[in-house]
Amino acid sequence: MRSNLGFFSDEKFRSIFFQTLVVGLFALGLFFVISTTSYNLEKRNIATGWSFLQNPAGFDISFSPFLEFKSTDTHLKVYFVGVLNTLLVSITGCIAATILGFILGIVRLSSNWLLSRLVYIYVEFSRNVPLLLQIILWYSILIQLPRVKQSLQVLDVFYISNRGLYSPRPIFESGFSYVLIAIVLALISSFLINRWAKKRQDKTGQQFPVFSSSIGLIFIVPLILFFILGSPLSFEHPELKGFNFKGGLVIRPEFIAMFLALSIYTAAFISEIVRAGIMSVSKGQREASAAIGLKQTWIMRLIIIPQALRVIVPPLTSQYLNLTKNSSLGIAVGYADLVHGFGGISLNQTGQAIECMAIVMATYLSISLTISFFMNIYNRSIQFKEK
Amino acid sequence: MNELNEVRKPPVATTGIIGWLRINLFFNWTNSLITLFVIYCLYQFIPWILDWTIFSADFKYNYLGEQITNQEMCSRNLDPENGGACWAVIYVRFYQFIYGFYPKVEVWRVNLAYVMLAFALLPLLYAKLPYRKYFLYFTYIFPVIAYFLLNGGLGFTEVSTNKWGGLLVTLVLGCTGIALAFPIGIMLALGRRSKLPVISMMCTLFIEFIRGVPLITLLFFGMVMLPLFLPEGIDMDGLVRVLVAVTLFQSAYMAEVIRGGLQAIPPGQYEAAKSLGMSYWRMNLLIILPQAIRISIPPIVNTSIGLFKDTTLVIIVGILDLLGIGRGTLADTNWLGLSYEIYFFVSLVFFIFTFGMSRYSLYLEKKLKTGINMGAD
Repeated sequence: MRSNLGFFSDEKFRSIFFQTLVVGLFALGLFFVISTTSYNLEKRNIATGWSFLQNPAGFDISFSPFLEFKSTDTHLKVYFVGVLNTLLVSITGCIAATILGFILGIVRLSSNWLLSRLVYIYVEFSRNVPLLLQIILWYSILIQLPRVKQSLQVLDVFYISNRGLYSPRPIFESGFSYVLIAIVLALISSFLINRWAKKRQDKTGQQFPVFSSSIGLIFIVPLILFFILGSPLSFEHPELKGFNFKGGLVIRPEFIAMFLALSIYTAAFISEIVRAGIMSVSKGQREASAAIGLKQTWIMRLIIIPQALRVIVPPLTSQYLNLTKNSSLGIAVGYADLVHGFGGISLNQTGQAIECMAIVMATYLSISLTISFFMNIYNRSIQFKEK
Repeated sequence: MNELNEVRKPPVATTGIIGWLRINLFFNWTNSLITLFVIYCLYQFIPWILDWTIFSADFKYNYLGEQITNQEMCSRNLDPENGGACWAVIYVRFYQFIYGFYPKVEVWRVNLAYVMLAFALLPLLYAKLPYRKYFLYFTYIFPVIAYFLLNGGLGFTEVSTNKWGGLLVTLVLGCTGIALAFPIGIMLALGRRSKLPVISMMCTLFIEFIRGVPLITLLFFGMVMLPLFLPEGIDMDGLVRVLVAVTLFQSAYMAEVIRGGLQAIPPGQYEAAKSLGMSYWRMNLLIILPQAIRISIPPIVNTSIGLFKDTTLVIIVGILDLLGIGRGTLADTNWLGLSYEIYFFVSLVFFIFTFGMSRYSLYLEKKLKTGINMGAD
C-alpha cells in the first residue's frame, strides 16, 4: 500500500532532499555570519586583509634562540619565531617524555614492589593535576632560584639563576662544516650497513657487529676529522657584567618550566601506554624465547619490544599530538610560542582577530597532520608483515 | 643408608609476610639494593614533607598564638628556623576559593546548588539506587533549577557571572560542558557514520578541525571572534562565551569516543532492527545507542576527566576559576610568596575530583566486563 507521500519514502529522494536542506541552511548561516561580521568590523574600524603582516611589531621577544628578533621586525617574523618556539618545546618535550615514559613504564612492571608502587604514585599525581597548574608551579619554583649575582655554578661553566640557565655557546669555525658532512655521511653509511647486514643474516645466518661498527663510523670518524682540521670549534663562556650575564647561551626559565611540565605530564601517560603494551605480549612468548636459550636482554629487544610496539605506537601518536597542542599553554608563563607571540600580542596590537586566529589554527592543524602522517608511516612499518 | 637419612632443608618460604617480602622486595641482590635505596630516599623525604605540611605548619594561628591575617605573620616569615607551610591563607580565603565573589547573603543558593548537584549525579553514577526513576526526573530538571538558582530570576536577585569564581566556576564549566557535549557528541558521531556523504563530510571536518587545534585557540575564538559574528545588541556573557568554546571542544572528543562504541556494535543488530521495520531514528534510539553508550561509558568518563582538568585554561581569558582565585590571592601583597601552599591546595582539590572520577571509571570497566561475559554465556 502506497501512501500519499510515496515520493518521500523513496530513499534516494530523501537523501538528496536532506542533504540539500543541510547545505542550504549551512550556506544561509555562513552568509549571515559573514555579513554581520563585515558590518561589525567596519563599525569598529578594524582593518581586514593580510597587509598587517608586513607592519613592524613594536615589541620585543625575550626568547628567540633561532632567529634574531628586534622590535622593528614585522608581525610575519613574530609568526616565524612563534612557530620555531612551539616546535622547539614540542620536539624536545616529545623526546624527553618518550624516554622518561618508557623507563617509567618498564620500572612500573619491575618485580620490586616498592619501586613499582612509587612509579604508580607518580603517575597518578601527575595525570590527575591539571597541566596548566604544573606549568605555573614549575615556573614559580624556577623564578624563586637565587638572583644572578648569587647564581649557582655547576661544573664551572653552567650558571643557574632566576633568569635561566646560562651555558657556553659553541662557535663553529670555517672547517666545521666538513665535520657535519662527515657525520651525515656516517649516518647514511651505517644505515646502509644495517640493511646489508640484515639481508646477509636472513640469507646465511652470519651476524655482523652492526652496533659497534655504526658507533665507530658515527663518532670516531668525525672526531678524527675534527682534530685533523685543528678543532674548528670554540666556546663563548657567559660572563657576569653588571646585573646580568653577557654572552653564552641562555635558556630562559619559561622554556625550562614548559619543557619540564610537558615532559613530566606526558611521560605519565606514555608510561601507562608502555606498560599496557608490554603486558599485551602473551607470557608464552617470553617463555618460548627463554626455552630456546635467548639471553634476557635479547628477549626484551628481539621478542617483547617489537610486539609491544604494535600496541604502543597508535596511542603514543595521540600523546605526541596532545603534547604539541598543550605547548600552547606557554602563554600562562610568557613563553613566546605561536599562541602567545602571534595569537596574543600581535592580535592585541593589530586587532585583526580573525586573520591572526585563522593563521594560528591553520598552523596547529598542519603540525598535527604532519605528526599523524609520519607516525602513520612508522606505524605501518612495524605492523605484522605477511611474507 | 646415610645419604637417605640426611635431613634436607625446608624450601624457602613463599607465603606469609616473610615470603611476600622475599619475593617482592629482596628477590636477589640487585633487588635488595634497590629496595634499600628507595627506603633510604623515602626516609629522607617523608619526615621532611610531613613536617612541612603538618607538624610545623600554621593552620590558623602562628607559633606565637596570634591569628594570621597576612603573610608577615606566618611562622616561617617571623622565624625562618621555625615553621613550615602557612595554611592560614587557605583558611582566610576559603570563601573565595569555593564561591568566588558571590554575595555573602546569597551564598545559600550556591550551597543548595552543590547539594542538589550531588543528588542529581547520584542516579547517574549508581545504577542500583532505589527509586532511581524519580531521581532521574530530578536530574533532568536540575540544569533549569541550577540556572535560576545561581544566576537569579524567578524571584531570586540576579548575581552576574563576573561575581562567580573558584570551585563554583570550575564545576559549572565542567558539568555544563560535559552535559551539553553529550547530546552534541552523539549527533556528531551518528553524522560521521551517516550514509549521506554531505552530512558525514561536514561532521568529519568539524570533529577533525576541533581535535586538531588546542583548546586555548578555541577559547580565544569564543572570547575575541564570537562577538564579531553576532549581530549588534546581542551581548554574550563572558562565561557563556567560554562555555560555547568548551562545549564545542568537548563534543568533538565525545563524538570520537561514542563513534568507537558505535563501531563495536555488531552489524547484526542493525540488520535485525531494520528487518523489524524500524526507522533510522527508532533503530538508533532504541537499539544501537543504548548498547553503544553502555560500552563507551569508561572512555566517556576519561575524556570528562580531561575536560575537568582543561577548565583551568579559562584563566588565560580572564575567568577566575579555582586556579584563577589562587593566582589572584598570590598577587595580593598580603599573601605574597605563599605560592607552594596555594598551588598545593588547588592541586589537591583537582586531584580529589579527577582521581575519584578515574577510580569510578575503573569500577565501571570491571563491572562492564563481567556484564558482557554474562551476556555471552
